[in-house]
Amino acid sequence: MSRAEYIGSDGLGLAGAVRAGRVSARQVAEAALAQVAARGPAINALSTVLAEQARADADRVDATIAAGRDPGPLAGLPFAVKNLFDVAGITTLAGSRINRERPAARRDAAAVAALRRAGAVLVGTLGMDEYAYGFTGENSHYGPVRNPHDGARVSGGSSGGSGSAVGAGLVPLALGSDTNGSVRVPAALCGVFGLKPTYGRVSRAGCTLFAGSFDHVGALGRSVRDVTAAFDLMHGPDPEDPVCSTRPAEACLPVHGAGAEGLRIAVLDGYFARGGEREVFAAVEQVAAALGVTRRVAIPEAHRARAAAMVITASEGANLHLADLKRRPQDFDPFTRDRFLAGALVPAATYVQAQRFRTWYRSRVAELFRDVDVLLAPTTPCSAPRIGQERIVLDGVEVLTRAHLGVYTQPLSFIGLPVLSVPVVRPGALPLGVQLVGAPFREVNVLRLAAHLEDKGVVAAAVSA
Amino acid sequence: MSENATPEELGAYVDETAKRVGLPIAAEHRPGVIQFTAGLLAMAALVMEFPLSDDVEAGPVFRP
Repeated sequence: MSRAEYIGSDGLGLAGAVRAGRVSARQVAEAALAQVAARGPAINALSTVLAEQARADADRVDATIAAGRDPGPLAGLPFAVKNLFDVAGITTLAGSRINRERPAARRDAAAVAALRRAGAVLVGTLGMDEYAYGFTGENSHYGPVRNPHDGARVSGGSSGGSGSAVGAGLVPLALGSDTNGSVRVPAALCGVFGLKPTYGRVSRAGCTLFAGSFDHVGALGRSVRDVTAAFDLMHGPDPEDPVCSTRPAEACLPVHGAGAEGLRIAVLDGYFARGGEREVFAAVEQVAAALGVTRRVAIPEAHRARAAAMVITASEGANLHLADLKRRPQDFDPFTRDRFLAGALVPAATYVQAQRFRTWYRSRVAELFRDVDVLLAPTTPCSAPRIGQERIVLDGVEVLTRAHLGVYTQPLSFIGLPVLSVPVVRPGALPLGVQLVGAPFREVNVLRLAAHLEDKGVVAAAVSA
Repeated sequence: MSENATPEELGAYVDETAKRVGLPIAAEHRPGVIQFTAGLLAMAALVMEFPLSDDVEAGPVFRP
């Protein structure tokens, strides 16, 4: 398989070709590994390349087809996972140096296992901000993950390797996790699709947690149908994740082509319409105009939701790592250490109040969803900042880069809403994303709207191979 | 701790609270910790000033 053929197809296109016998899974795996070798080092997206395992898995897919059995819907589809997902046989780093001392995982995380069962071929694990505490993909231990569209710029984070690997054409699909925006931010800055499902919809079993109240498993992909297929395979009840919903799975791919008909859509105003560069609001308007949407609505107290999300995240993250913070703070990444230490000093009353505020805020947003199905908002307040850029100017105000890239994502993950960041077509410009926000458990609405926008050519992954 | 705390007051808060939770903070980490504590306390103040009625409960997932 040629490089152009590999890069030119989305994941389901590759799987379809394998299933139809037009190409072997082994040939696809070799194309993926060649792209990893050619492009991987420059963007520093991968932390482990599983070449032999990938070849063996691909050969198994080919043997299954040769035996006349069904190899699964993702037959031969190459994918990679953020290195906080357990992968049997290797140590789960979660971007840290400390976790290198841990034993290898004994089995795959639930989400990884679901994709491999469907025939997908795991080619590697991906870099990230240490313990997922960051929005840039910068990591002092392993170096920054670079943006595939400009190597001097950040990938976004914390699932930086996931965004960069898909944006550079290494793999058509990658798994990430999203606590405050960690799937959506790198998806937007790297120009790919990034789905954060409803909180509790996809099992986190076998994932290294960061802040359990908000941790979600998500997928980044080259096309809407790729992330939809991944979601369909991964979601549903799992007793091994205590917050996993018992709600039965509902496949979205079958209604993928339903279009935008009947969907009530509005642009988020107020908090989500200020505090960013002009081009991010222009991207939202570009999507709204393509849909003929003029309605605007506001979520009350979104700024306070972000504040509460930060309090809860800092408290839970610090608690998770408290023993190491006491014993060996020097082994943390300087990018995260001081924030984790500060998180250990947050008064308990504020944590509890933030959790109670979350309930209040959820009720207000639920009222909004009574007569709207999908909300539109920017994903980030700007395009990818330069690596090492500590401050950015937003709306005339100088702010810390690392804290502000999630300004529009945090108030939404705070209450676990399903959100898909879609890459808006902007020829000649750095990528930007727009968030399609749905009501809880209504992933189907944002996915079919995204498919409609993709069909119209308004959104498309920007692969810089 | 007031959101308008002085740097000295913030430093004292960090030192005292860290001592009470048994968290040693090295001198070279202290300025960064004070900076992020200031940010977190400002966020906490936003949360704490918002009135919530007594029946607004956190959403626990603990299942006995």
